Amino acid sequence: MTLPPFERFYDEHREEIYAFLVRRLGRDRAEDAFQETFLRALRAYSKLRHGEHLRAWAYTIASRIAIDEHRRPRADAELPELSTLDGRPAFAQLEHLADELPPTERAAVVLRYGYDLDYGEIGAALGSNATAARQAASAGIRRLRRKEGQ
Amino acid sequence: MNPVSPELDRRFRDAAAREHLLDVAYDLVDTPVGTLFVAATERGLCRIAYDAEPERELDGLARAFGLRVLRSIAPIDPARRQLDEYFEGKRQRFDLAVDLALQADFNRRVLRELARVPYGEVVTYGELAARSARPRAARAVGTVMNRNPLPIVLPCHRVIGSNGKLVGYGGGLHRKEALLRLEGALL
Repeated sequence: MTLPPFERFYDEHREEIYAFLVRRLGRDRAEDAFQETFLRALRAYSKLRHGEHLRAWAYTIASRIAIDEHRRPRADAELPELSTLDGRPAFAQLEHLADELPPTERAAVVLRYGYDLDYGEIGAALGSNATAARQAASAGIRRLRRKEGQ
Repeated sequence: MNPVSPELDRRFRDAAAREHLLDVAYDLVDTPVGTLFVAATERGLCRIAYDAEPERELDGLARAFGLRVLRSIAPIDPARRQLDEYFEGKRQRFDLAVDLALQADFNRRVLRELARVPYGEVVTYGELAARSARPRAARAVGTVMNRNPLPIVLPCHRVIGSNGKLVGYGGGLHRKEALLRLEGALL
């Protein structure tokens, strides 16, 4: 699948990415995060090799930026809590582990356990549905467990 | 559901251009001869199209100049302003950088010569061929005019047949006539 001109990518994903950021950060902080998400996407866009998983890619960038925003102290906003184990954010603990998974499983695992998206959101990000997202995440986890057991 | 506000959308599009992240910026410009699709790289204006199908234009620009094609108002503002002035009869020369990097040598030479044809005057295809150092290439010059990437700014409407007929125009003869009338070259 070839990459579309950036305008089309932006046009297709901006509303859902913005809605996602509003859910994560509240409307005020979502605006800056929205701009930063698509500027970052623009910086990386010509380095992409194909047009698959663009939606998941957009969600991954938005999630990272939401995490960064979340870390920045601001007294005026109510923040959703993100689960952490040892002080590092969950996505940072997961990302390198998941690196060797096939792309869809990797995206599902990272978005579920790293960014705490629900399966409906992950399904939307991957262009499938909640059931497929749940299956991809469990397949990824099984694969990681097998690898750990080796 | 909170939709992306027009202000936020505009803010992102402005920032993308300001940070030099675009291969091509484009916008639509309303004129008396119809809505124009106008695009520019960082080097200059690269495309003006009548009756554009934006999707097709985007694909073409992405293939030619790079994938980072985005609608953005600010980079097109100088062209919009000068086109407005031209159609109000207040401007006779365009002062805009143009990007002809992707044109073949011959086409570029002809388009450069074309840019020198003054407001309100006409030349024949043969004359323009002669000025481009290829006196027998009137027909090839016709093809270059037909594929002119920057109509109006590069004034292919000022090129006519040796019999004085308007001959043809990529945007339709009625537009060629309207532009020449605006410039006082036709009564």
